[in-house]
Amino acid sequence: MRRFHAWAGLAGLALVVFMAVTGCALSIQPLLDAATAAPAGGTLSVADVAGRVAEQVPGVQRLVRSASGQLVAHAFDGATHKAEIVDPNSGEAIGAYAPSPFFIFITELHRSLFLDWAGHGVAGVASLAILILSASGIGLLLRKMGGWRQLFAAARGSGSQRLHTNLARAAVTALILTATTGIYMSAVYFELVPSADSAFTFAPTGAGTTPAPIATLPELASVPLSDLRELVFPAADDPSDVFAVTTGAGLGYVDQATGAMLLFTPNSVWQQVYELVYTLHTGQGAWMLAVLLGLGALAAPALAITGSTIWWLRRRSTPRLTGNASAREADTVILVGSESGSTWGFAANLHEALSVSGHRVHLAAMNDLRRSYPKASCLLVLTATYGDGAAPASARQFLARVKTLASRPAFAALGFGDRSFPRFCAHASEVEAALTARGLKPLLPVYGVDRQSPADFAAWGRLLGERLGIELPLSHVPSRPRTDSFVLEERSLYGVEVQAPVALLRFTMPEFRPGLPKWLGGRAMPHFEAGDLVGILAPGNDVPRYYSLASSSRDGVLEICVRKQAGGLCSEYLHAIAPGDTVEAFIRPNPDFRPDRTRRPLILIGAGAGVAPLAGFVRTSRRRPVHLFYGARHPASDFLYHREFQEALADGRLSSLTTAFSRVLGGGYVQDRLLNEAAAIQELVRRGAQIMVCGGREMATGVRETIDTCLEPLGLSVDALKRKGRYLEDAY
Amino acid sequence: MKKLAAMLMLATALVAPGWALAKDVTIEAQMVRYSGHAAYLAVYLTDPAGTYHSTLWVSGHKTKYYGTLRGWVQGVSQAGSINLDGITGASVGGGETLTVHADLADALIDAGYQIHVDTAVENGGEYADDAMIQVTSTPATIDGSGYVSKLSVSM
Repeated sequence: MRRFHAWAGLAGLALVVFMAVTGCALSIQPLLDAATAAPAGGTLSVADVAGRVAEQVPGVQRLVRSASGQLVAHAFDGATHKAEIVDPNSGEAIGAYAPSPFFIFITELHRSLFLDWAGHGVAGVASLAILILSASGIGLLLRKMGGWRQLFAAARGSGSQRLHTNLARAAVTALILTATTGIYMSAVYFELVPSADSAFTFAPTGAGTTPAPIATLPELASVPLSDLRELVFPAADDPSDVFAVTTGAGLGYVDQATGAMLLFTPNSVWQQVYELVYTLHTGQGAWMLAVLLGLGALAAPALAITGSTIWWLRRRSTPRLTGNASAREADTVILVGSESGSTWGFAANLHEALSVSGHRVHLAAMNDLRRSYPKASCLLVLTATYGDGAAPASARQFLARVKTLASRPAFAALGFGDRSFPRFCAHASEVEAALTARGLKPLLPVYGVDRQSPADFAAWGRLLGERLGIELPLSHVPSRPRTDSFVLEERSLYGVEVQAPVALLRFTMPEFRPGLPKWLGGRAMPHFEAGDLVGILAPGNDVPRYYSLASSSRDGVLEICVRKQAGGLCSEYLHAIAPGDTVEAFIRPNPDFRPDRTRRPLILIGAGAGVAPLAGFVRTSRRRPVHLFYGARHPASDFLYHREFQEALADGRLSSLTTAFSRVLGGGYVQDRLLNEAAAIQELVRRGAQIMVCGGREMATGVRETIDTCLEPLGLSVDALKRKGRYLEDAY
Repeated sequence: MKKLAAMLMLATALVAPGWALAKDVTIEAQMVRYSGHAAYLAVYLTDPAGTYHSTLWVSGHKTKYYGTLRGWVQGVSQAGSINLDGITGASVGGGETLTVHADLADALIDAGYQIHVDTAVENGGEYADDAMIQVTSTPATIDGSGYVSKLSVSM
């Protein structure tokens, strides 16, 4: 469905944007009309108004009332034709009627591109494209959010993904309305639905006796002005000619002597439908609707841009494969769960090796799991583990979608992770459990690849090859990520006395020369925000280690806190470097861990080195109450950002600071402080607070349980807040 | 009062029987340069008494707009029948020229017969007798009063 949505969007891009932009321009017209139309006082009848206009405007032939209430008198004084806007109350001409050439031009462009019937066809196709994109977009969102009830939960993902989701949710109703009515109007044009036109009739002949004063004609007096569409006056020299009055109900002919209705043709049902559809599509005479439709149309180009960006980024992050079999034809299916894209390289290598040995292999993201793989005998799932055993980005919907899997191929799950973490390859194990529960037989037990080790990967290939009875030589060496050089400028060490050394490191990027264009040697510093990640490569190692950033690129420095891990290659390296040394690093955005842009309270909970991104949020917080809960070991040893937090408290950027020190008498953990402050937390959450947690996995689990306890009286839970984007975690 | 649809079925000897002496008359309606939707036009003939005689051309396909060509419709409704087979075409935009070729019997030329052009534009004006010109054997041109800038007749 996502691919369908993407291709439909790209194929219809120019067309949809064109229709949206012209449609948006047209939506201004009803607003202008409403602002300029002279209001009719009281309840005037057509007879009243026509009588006054006939006196005030000599030679009047026609009176046309637009949906906005504007009255235009068309007159011929024997020499020239005139069109005047008239005041319904006095019947006086108040100005020449000059329809805007701009709107006439845009209208024709919008409905036929000046290409007659071919242009009408193009416009119809554009409407259809908008409807298809809206429907498939809703389908995608339902799948991503997990049902109708979560449809309006907080959007996740990168900036363009969130913008795309938020814009689409705001605009989709208007877009669907525009599209369906547009399709209907095209269908009418091409006569695919019964014609809305009433058959053309000739006027009947009147009595031919002396005309009576217009204001006294009973059948015209019975029509309120608000119902009038058009009134055609009888020809001046022809006493047997009649009034032709068109209203919302139909077309009638009224004798100019007796005022009797000679003939009335009511509008057909189809015409009434068409008029309703026309109003809903154009918003004419309903300026508030027009504004809504216009705003919806305005969202379309933005949706096109963000959608194209998403498509392009996704395309760039997945490797180009030669000979990827379709899901229908494949005998072997490889699914990839990857956060940063590195797992795709391994999957591509596996794809190539299996293809060489004669298999028809289909490679896709885990989120693209189909309901059935009719010819597949083997399903291979390669997945990284993200954070605290969570699914990586391209696998977040996998566990939900497994429940609909109808095929039963044998499977093998391969996890990618870091053996120094307790939940090494936890997600791969979850995948195995889910597939086994669905009735699939494992080919191999779950196998883990430690730190992208080519040797581990090759070993798994040999095991899998044995089971499949083929030679499966796997040799993927992960390519070294592209990095920039950062120079250590400042280094402070904390926590040595309490056996928890944490280094606060500040790097600069001397290569960064702002203001100079690229070709003059200038280089933009990579953009990052506090809470984003920096991947650092220790010398001789191509597997990055990620740290949360305490600074943003606007600060001009890159600031991290690194806890020294026993045997941790990268942390030991970072503790050993001295100011002036250079490290190779790259930025990885972490858009799901940022404070929302509201003025509601922000609760920050961190422990140890996990306080770094929170300190960054405190630095940049403006006009919102920020409450920080911070756990460390000893105030005199590992109290990171002590002075900075004091300053923030003094100048109001920080509303409260609650600390927990575990190595002092009567001390405790941050969870204990949270329990003490349960009432305050409840109050903040009631006021819409967002909670952000950063620290080790055990601490994050503890905090989750504690917050659940705190929120129980409110009938809320961490899961409920998470769905709304009000509880964010960054655990390592 | 008859429906146009029914009237379209009644074929009448429109202008000139094939065996009569006839001339090929060229009628050109040069449109004013206006911005807006393309115009509907009716080109028709009246006799020396000013009574509707026959229709030479109608521009515009949607019959629901024909009622806006008021002079022509009035004439047609009095005549009671019409056949538009082969004498309709697309509506005419601003600045364009509509050229109509008609075989007119010799008896109609220099005999007081007049060519009328009615015009109407969606959301714009409706001009009965936008332009009128005598059918003469010498070429002639006159100015229109609405969407027709110049109307000329030649043979």
